[in-house]
Amino acid sequence: MLNDWLFVGVFFLLAWIFPGVPILIARFLSPNKPNAIKNDTYECGVETVGDTWVQFKVQYYNFALTFLIFDVEIVFLFPWAIAFDQLPIFGVFAGAIFVLILMGELLGAWRKGALEWA
Amino acid sequence: MAFFVDPIGFIIFWLRGLLSGWGLAPGVVEFIMDALGVIAIGSFGLGFTIFLIWVERKISARIQGRIGPNRVGPYGLLQTFADIIKIFTKEHITPRGVDVAVYNLAPVLSVMAVLLLWAVIPLASTVVGTEINVGVLYIVAVGSLGTLAILIAGWSSNNKFALLGAFRTVAQMISYEVPMVLSLLTVTLLARSMSVTQVVAAQDVWFILVSPLAFLIFLVSSQAEMGRAPFDLMEAESELVAGYQTEYSGLKFGMFFVGEFLHSFTVGALVTTLFLGGWRGPGAEQYPILGIFWFFLKSFVIYFITLWLRFSLPRLRIDHILDYNWKYLVPLGLMLVVLTAVLDKWLFMVNPAINPWLRALAQLAMNAGLFLFANFLVETRNRRKPLRQPVGAPRPVARPPEKASITEKAA
Repeated sequence: MLNDWLFVGVFFLLAWIFPGVPILIARFLSPNKPNAIKNDTYECGVETVGDTWVQFKVQYYNFALTFLIFDVEIVFLFPWAIAFDQLPIFGVFAGAIFVLILMGELLGAWRKGALEWA
Repeated sequence: MAFFVDPIGFIIFWLRGLLSGWGLAPGVVEFIMDALGVIAIGSFGLGFTIFLIWVERKISARIQGRIGPNRVGPYGLLQTFADIIKIFTKEHITPRGVDVAVYNLAPVLSVMAVLLLWAVIPLASTVVGTEINVGVLYIVAVGSLGTLAILIAGWSSNNKFALLGAFRTVAQMISYEVPMVLSLLTVTLLARSMSVTQVVAAQDVWFILVSPLAFLIFLVSSQAEMGRAPFDLMEAESELVAGYQTEYSGLKFGMFFVGEFLHSFTVGALVTTLFLGGWRGPGAEQYPILGIFWFFLKSFVIYFITLWLRFSLPRLRIDHILDYNWKYLVPLGLMLVVLTAVLDKWLFMVNPAINPWLRALAQLAMNAGLFLFANFLVETRNRRKPLRQPVGAPRPVARPPEKASITEKAA
């Protein structure tokens, strides 16, 4: 059991090597001649105006928030799916009702206009 | 003889015996075996990508009526090596004002996220990185690392195009994770286990037949997760230059592409494992090498389908993409989970030793019914309130002067 996770741990430790080392090698192989114009922010040849990290449309944030609600609650259903054979019929319907409440949430967000791209 | 039946399993067994024979402690042997396994998977992944790039270029060329790479080596097979040599010697430009640490982390992370997925995919009955008992959840968790890589690439680049690409990533890729997790939940329900090897073992009848809707939802949402056409909004060339990778150059830029190419094949491998019975096929139990063959055959079929989709469909508009996800795929996925659970419980209560084909037939009928019902709802809504047609109304158009124009003369 623990040995199975050792592999994942070793993988996380070593996986950065495969993309990382070629990038380092390429860094030494490639020329390095920076100048002011080359290092400019690319904006189709026009000088960039103002700060990049600006306020943006709140709609993007809305979708991220809706995603968060759904993803967290769906993850709760995985244990339910695994214990499915041991569950009494009541347990199955409890899970089904949980999903239907989620569905209600989705319809509520829909009605509120949170899912509209305006 | 054992070598030809199961080469990889044989080598693993031999190495383990060799290391133990040197008198190393079992823990150290385990660690060395894991490290070697990781190196094998990682090198295989990157090496395989070189081949995949050629495959993709060739297939895309054929779909678009071109020939594709055909100069360097037989059938252009060595074209990718030439490209790699070129990209290794390209300058790494770091623009002013980028967040250097995060900027350099992003390409590494985008490849890492895909490679990590291969840790739990069983290639044959004896060849699997690790058999963790929450494999499906691991796929969900690691899969979203790729989204994170694109997000931080766009954010750290200090470029407005890149930032817009990152915003679109938030809206699109994150949204499509919800139906993906729902279809994975359906698979978990049907297999009664989150372990990927157990999921493969449970597929006496392939899950594509038991739950075709889950398969379709997974295919569509993973196409969106890959960020490829028709869902390639985050790097839309015609609108955002190159999206999140605008400010990257040299091999850092290349690594994003390695990640993307490998991801599209990994999706094929995931679909194979979860819906097409993984390595299972005639003779795969006795001869694991046949299992590897079946696995790659099925993966390439799915890979070809994703490429076919990519090169046939135009890019969608962002509101259409989000509507399709939140107002169609998510409710469909939720209803699919509920109905699959209730139906499966009922079937197993009526007859605990139900024939898997009978169960598949019942689930298939339920899937078809649900799909027809969803279709009916969409049709009804479209009839009641037609889709918005912003370009339908007549608008002032620049016209040629009243005098007879050249075209009329010609007519």
